[in-house]
This record gives sequence, C-alpha cells and structure tokens, in this order.
Amino acid sequence: MMFNGILSGDLPRSRVLGVVLIAIVLGLLLTPFLLPGAKALNVAAKICIFIVLVASFDLLLGYTGIVSFAHTMFFGIGAYGVAIALNDLGPTWWAVAVGLSGALALSLVLSLVIGLFSLRVKAIFYAMITLAVATAFQTLASQLSDFTGGEDGLSFKIPELLSPAFSLREQPFLGVALDGRLISYYLLAAVTVALFLLMLRIVNSPFGRVLQAIRENPFRAEALGYRTVVYRTASNVLSAGFATLAGALLALWLRYNGPDTSLSFEIMINILLMVVIGGMGTMYGAVVGTTLFIIAENYLQDLLKLASGAVSGVPVLRDLVHPDRWLLWLGLLFVLSVYKFPTGIVGKLRARVRGAA
Amino acid sequence: MSSSTTTVPASGALPTVKLDRLPMLLLPVLALAALPLVGSVSSWVTLTFAGLAMGMIIFIMASGLTLVFGLMDVLNFGHGVFITLGAFLAVTVLGRAAGWTESEHLLLNLAAVVPAMLLAMAVTGALGLVFERVIIRPVYGQPLKQIMITMGGMIVGQELIKAIWGPQALPLPLPASFRGSLLMGEAAVEKYRLIAVALGLGIFAVLFWVLARTKVGLLIRAGVQDREMVESLGYRIRRLFVGVFAAGSALAGLGGVMWGLYQQTVTPEIGAEVNVLLFIVIIIGGLGSVGGCFIGALLLGLVANYVGFLAPKVALFSDILLMVLVLSWRPQGLYPVVKR
Repeated sequence: MMFNGILSGDLPRSRVLGVVLIAIVLGLLLTPFLLPGAKALNVAAKICIFIVLVASFDLLLGYTGIVSFAHTMFFGIGAYGVAIALNDLGPTWWAVAVGLSGALALSLVLSLVIGLFSLRVKAIFYAMITLAVATAFQTLASQLSDFTGGEDGLSFKIPELLSPAFSLREQPFLGVALDGRLISYYLLAAVTVALFLLMLRIVNSPFGRVLQAIRENPFRAEALGYRTVVYRTASNVLSAGFATLAGALLALWLRYNGPDTSLSFEIMINILLMVVIGGMGTMYGAVVGTTLFIIAENYLQDLLKLASGAVSGVPVLRDLVHPDRWLLWLGLLFVLSVYKFPTGIVGKLRARVRGAA
Repeated sequence: MSSSTTTVPASGALPTVKLDRLPMLLLPVLALAALPLVGSVSSWVTLTFAGLAMGMIIFIMASGLTLVFGLMDVLNFGHGVFITLGAFLAVTVLGRAAGWTESEHLLLNLAAVVPAMLLAMAVTGALGLVFERVIIRPVYGQPLKQIMITMGGMIVGQELIKAIWGPQALPLPLPASFRGSLLMGEAAVEKYRLIAVALGLGIFAVLFWVLARTKVGLLIRAGVQDREMVESLGYRIRRLFVGVFAAGSALAGLGGVMWGLYQQTVTPEIGAEVNVLLFIVIIIGGLGSVGGCFIGALLLGLVANYVGFLAPKVALFSDILLMVLVLSWRPQGLYPVVKR
C-alpha cells in the first residue's frame, strides 16, 4: 500500500488516531482558507515548527530514553544561525544556506561533545549536565549582544519570495491573497511533512530498533554487541540536527529571533509536556501533543477567561482559573499522564484497539 | 578510587577510614591564589566574605538535595519550589512585621526574621512530606519518570505560587540592623554576609554532628552506601528517607529565605534559577556527600566572586568551568560516594 511506504510501515494502528491525524493535517493545510486572519495562520505555523521540534525530542526521549534539557539550545542555534546570517549578509537564499549550515555544524559538534562526555553516565547525570550547559548557552546568547542582539534579539528581512510584500498574482484565490506569507506557510508545511516522515523512517529502521532496545534494556543491548554509547550519541546528534532545522524554520517564519522566542527554559518545559501528553516513543504523539498544547496555549486562555468570569466571586478558585494560569492545568495534566497513562494519548488510543480486538 | 582507603591495622583497634584532605586544601589554596590577582587586600577580604556567604547559602539549599539522592537515588528537579516558597513566605511575614523590621533595634529585627525562617522551614518541611508521598513515592526506581514527574511538580508548584502571590517580582528588604557594612581595617564587609556565614557554619556543624555522632546519622550514612544491607538489618530505610526528604525541604525553605534576603527581590522563578547552581554544586561535591557539597558550595561561591571581580564576562560561565575542572580531576566529584 502506498501509505504503508510513506509512513515507513508505522501506521497509526487505531482508527480514532487515524481520523485525528487526518483532521490535523487537513486542518493545517486548509487554515489559510478556513480561518482568515494573522492569528490563526501564526498558530498553524507554530504547530508545524513545533511538530518537528517535538518529534526530534521524541527521538531522544521516547525512543532512546535520554532526558536532555539542552534541546532548546539546538533549537536556538538554528534560529540564531539563520537570524545572524540574514542580518549580516542581507535577505538572500545564499545567506539562509550559510546560516543554516553554520548552525548545523555547530549543533553537530556540540551534541557530539556533550554526548561523548556525558552519555556514558547515568540518565540523571546527563539531565543535570545538559541543564547546566543550556543555561550557560542562554546567558552567552544574551551577553554577546553585538552578535546576537542581546535581550532585544534580531529583526531581519527574509528573501523576497517569502516576504509579505511579494505577490504571486493580483487577484486573490478563493478570497485569499497569494502573497509571500502564504508561500512561506506552505513551504513550511511541506518541510515539516518531509522532516517528520524522515524521522518516522529513522525510528523504523534497524538503527531505530537498536535505539529502542537500548531504551528497554541497555545491558542486554550492549551484550548483544551494540555499542550503546555510539548509538546514544548518534541519536543525540540526529535529534540535535532536527531541532536546529526547526529553529531555522522558526526564524524564517517570525523574521525575528531573540532569547525568549527560541532559547528560554519555558520552551524546554513546553516540549517536554507536548511529548509526554502526546505519547512518548510513538512519533505520532508529537503531532497530537503539539497540536493540543499549542491550541491550548492560544485558546485555553480564552476559555479560562470565561471560567474566571463565572467564578469571579470565589476567592481561591478565581486565582486558579485566572487566564495566565493555563500552564498550571497543563502541568497537572502532565503529572497525571506520567502516572496514569505514560504512553500518552497515542498509547491510550492504541491500547483501546488492542483491548477490543 | 577510594576503595582501598579502609586499612586493617595490626592492633585490635577498629579499622578507620583515612581522611581525604586534598579537597579541603582547595579552599585556602584558591583564596590565597586569588590574593595576588585581586591586588588589594581590602577588596580581597570583601570578595572572600561575599563568596563564603554565597557558598554557605547555597550549601544550606543543596545539602538536602545531595542526601536525598545519596539515600534513594532520587534527584528532585522540583527542589527549587521549596526555595521559592521559603522566599515568598519570608516576603509575607516580613511584610506583615514591617514595623519591626524597620526598627533600628536588633532584637525587634530578630523577632521578625527568626519566626519567618521557622515558618518557612515548617511549611516547606510539611510540604516536603506531601511532595514525597504524592509525587515521588509512586516512581521509585524509575529515573526517567522521576526526572519528569519532579519537573512536573515544579511547574505546578511554581504556578500555584504565582496564583497566590502573583507573577511579579516582590521586594524583600533586609531588616534595618542587617543593612550596611562593618569595617575590618580597610575592608568593608556587609553585615548580612557575616550573618549568612555564621548561620551556614552553624547548620553545617549541626548536620555534621547529626551525621557523624548520632544513630540516625549512622543509619543515613550506612543507607547511602548500601541500602539493602541496612534494610536487612531491620531498619526501615523508607521511613528514614521520608525524614531526610522533609528535613532537606525545610533546609531548602530556610535557604530560600536567606537567598531572598541576599538578592533583596523575590520572583517566582528564583528557585528554578538557583536549582542549576545546586546541581553543579552537588555534582562537584560528589552525589550523596554532604562534606563534598559543603566544599563544592564554598568553592563555587568564591570562584563566582573572584572571577566576577577579575573578568566579569567570564563570570557567567565560571560555575560550568569549575565543574569541568573538578570533574576532570575527579570524575565522580570531590568526595565520591562508594556504592556497592
């Protein structure tokens, strides 16, 4: 079957999940036509970018069983690479290529060094080391203000084809102006699909099986003759590379990059939540988790605003459902999902199928 | 490794462990090496006291973390919440007692600060019990889940703190008689730093006494080295662990009060930010070692202050640099905890 080939033989294996995935893909593709306005398009673009980022984190956390807190560092490297190159060399495709390859090279070297130095030790050790390194990197980025724009970040122009001023055709198509923004969005969506399918290919390859074996039982994997350090480091490097690409996409879409948009620890927490809520070690979990989380981030606040209006007389409850406290509710969902359904939404849906069969 | 440190003496005396003095020498060596670099004696004295004060406060916050890890292999990424909570409780208590803290009278100041510290310790200690029961107990022995669940606990805790106190930074001014500096010859040393050093030394002494001279301490140390052996002798190590966890949380709360007073402003992120420093300190010290944690914290404080004076740009990475240097000398930390 054609689908089987495209999805590397890793089908959703649950009818509900299949429907949800198709709905998400269609929704993302049709957003410019169904939901006019800048906010909806921005939300859709953010979902695309984070699907790549979260899936790359899943490669590391869900498939290899490594907890890293330096994932946003690589995301930031990608974003800064493109931002700095476009800022210094002007808005050309050449500059994008230079920035992207520089960022990829830096990410690969960094992830290789961190991996070789600290993946030999316990998971907890690695988590702590990456946390420290990521914090240092964030400080570095905000201190080197001549280079990175410091706390203010960098605003830059992007190649003409992608800029909002560019127009493909005078007449709008189905009521939507065919401008550079629309082209950017579809380019972004296409790259997202390609990268996601590539990652799906990787985790379903023999290499991916070894990663899962290491996750399940590192001693046994080592005993079977696989050098776990090599495989773990390779997984670390790969996931860093994909995160860098996601960062580059973010910078191109926003035409801006600063420490808060790509490097902050908050984003690290968010992607951890997305992976776990969606379902670790499933790849599709990244799609479901990301979509749910980003929609919640953008629209749960509106819902909470309604709720807090309804209970504005009750002192404690009023503060708990304050619109700014949306992360509280997602945090609770996160804790619950680690306990109650560690395989996340996707795992839950698949288990239901298995139970029925 | 120190597996051969136990010597069997010829006489009938009990075998003793040779004291490893090398890491202890690091502190005076570092301080003396910094003296010619800094140049003037008076600024050196100021910097040294600043470093010691910072190190002491960090030690108070980190000691619980390292013991909890040593005893049960639990690394609490949510430790920062207790620190934040302690600091915010201090804001509330000292804010209520503004009349006493603004008074020039030392006793009135103490009457405000001491209850604030005690309350912070009581609340964070009690919360530590709940945290252990609800968050950590279900995931013993599963490091991956532990990391995530304690992280989740921190997110929820931090959001709850924001819900109660609001997301903005709050001022936490020092009580009147703690402000200003004492002149020691040419050098000016802030009073609060002296207090922090004294309190830190006091707490280290108490901890050291408990661990080295009491039965509970003996069991804790034995548990860190070999949990199953202690259990097979009939001691409930879980119960011991709960106690250590609560005590560690209470110390984090106390450290939070002191750190908040040191910074003089309190934000809901204060604990999460300092958590990174704590991890570095307990890695430097050797996971599970209280003595190592003490030396590591003081080293970090001193290095941060010396480097901050000599090369402010480098100071941002001095912690990581220190960690890399220490780990390349002793990969398991200053005092590796021998585990069976």
